[in-house]
Amino acid sequence: MPSGLQELGRLGVNFIRAIGGVFILLYKFIASLQELHRSLGLFVHQLYLLGVKSVPLIIIISIFVGAVSAWQAAYQFKFIGAPLRLLGHAVGKAVVIELAPVLAAIVFAGRVGAGITAELGTMKVTEQIDALESMGISPVRYLVQPRVLACLFMVPFLVIFANFVAIVGALIVSIIGVAVSSETFLTGFKDSFKLSDFVNGLIKAGVFGFIIGIVGCYHGFNTKGGAQGVGLATTSSVVISMVLILVFNFVFAVILFRI
Amino acid sequence: MSAPLIKIENLRKAFDSHLVLDGVNIDINRGESIVVIGQSGCGKSVLLKHLIRLLEPDDGRVTFDGEDISRFDFYELTDYRRRFGMLFQSAALFDSMTVEENVGLGLKESRQYSAKQTRDIVNEKLELVGLTGVGEKRPAELSGGMRKRVGLARAIAGTPEVLLYDEPTTGLDPITADMINELIVHLREKLQVTSVAVTHDMKSAFQIADRIVMLHNGKIEFEGTPQEVSTTSNPVVRQFITGSSVGPIQA
Ligand SMILES: Nc1ncnc2c1ncn2[C@@H]1O[C@H](COP(=O)(O)OP(=O)(O)O)[C@@H](O)[C@H]1O
Ligand SMILES: [Mg+2]
Repeated sequence: MPSGLQELGRLGVNFIRAIGGVFILLYKFIASLQELHRSLGLFVHQLYLLGVKSVPLIIIISIFVGAVSAWQAAYQFKFIGAPLRLLGHAVGKAVVIELAPVLAAIVFAGRVGAGITAELGTMKVTEQIDALESMGISPVRYLVQPRVLACLFMVPFLVIFANFVAIVGALIVSIIGVAVSSETFLTGFKDSFKLSDFVNGLIKAGVFGFIIGIVGCYHGFNTKGGAQGVGLATTSSVVISMVLILVFNFVFAVILFRI
Repeated sequence: MSAPLIKIENLRKAFDSHLVLDGVNIDINRGESIVVIGQSGCGKSVLLKHLIRLLEPDDGRVTFDGEDISRFDFYELTDYRRRFGMLFQSAALFDSMTVEENVGLGLKESRQYSAKQTRDIVNEKLELVGLTGVGEKRPAELSGGMRKRVGLARAIAGTPEVLLYDEPTTGLDPITADMINELIVHLREKLQVTSVAVTHDMKSAFQIADRIVMLHNGKIEFEGTPQEVSTTSNPVVRQFITGSSVGPIQA
């Protein structure tokens, strides 16, 4: 058999094995929720570590995302001759439905998903996970549960921030760069704002957070080798989370916005 | 003689196509101290991990008190593992926790001790391994020998019935190594714990073993008392205990 084909076959087998592994972890995670009360302290700690510390980065990124979307929208409006009073309308929709949830999730995957995999991967290769198990402590309950739950809650929380900050960024650009008054911008935003869009954005964000957490833990637990293995696991964790986020985002769009 | 406490029966384990254990049989009696010797990479750690199901065999089984441990469900396995204490080769301390938290974690998670009891036990065990006043430090701040001793304190914190030692003295200076060996002997004599140690340190093996088992090419090559090991004519064992590069064992 040509080695290219063999390589492809090997990748296929690994892919199927990984999917199986993720589902097994998912099952164990759900089973571990019976003992949720025992991990509340760890959960709160993770909320702080993973979430609160992500706020500054989310703020910086959201400001610029809001700013550039206002700028680009104004540029396109000028091109097609659309009235600038619709600027708040267009930017608001884009931010609330797509930009805030997707970008917050991508940033979170890069920062937190990578961190989870690197931490658990290091614990794995230094036998710390074995040590936990040897003491009769379930690594799923002790390590996975608090991290996945923290991701699940934190991404939506960050998206609320991102929405707010991005709109502020867009507003600033509208006033200074495009000469649209804040009243005009905000009226457009308010007219177009639908609570259901906002809620859908948060639900999406929750799903993205869950994906980041589970994929991050799975890769950490399956790290092999030493420092190099941790690096490899971290990279694939981030890549796979990002791809899944974009795929699921598209699926959400098709389900929620019927053309 | 009563039935063995732990029975390793025809254990086989391969990683991908690399066969590590190829039908290993060992009986471990209650209160006995077994030492498994063998070259680096011969599967000693792998063998030890099977005893508490950190690894699952491809074939064969491990029984404890006559029960097949592979049949245990999640809760039975948890209870089973709490009867053991394991010192890992690399100590495997939790680097996000202090020394005290490391030693006390199992006690805390078992929810059988108050915070004060836990603290007292932690201090007692740290004192036993000759480490006082380092409770607040993190593992990264300790030397290799100190880490190993913290690992030992953690392993014995829950007063286990069985202790598993993975190379307890490797990488330690001779004095600390001797202290660890003394401690292992003490634990067996005073507390009647059953213990399984794996090592390639022959001095340590002779000091702590009731019975020595030599693992070679995935199989048990030799089994006997320290006395029998030192007088055997088995060429593999002889080469190993004299530490010669010439002989049937290839480096
Ligand atoms: N989790 C694992 N995955 C793949 N190979 C492993 C794993 N654990 C151990 N091995 C391999 O099994 C062999 C025996 O390892 P080990 O039991 O650690 O040896 P030692 O006798 O030095 O303790 C080695 O070749 C090692 O590479
Ligand atoms: Mg080993």
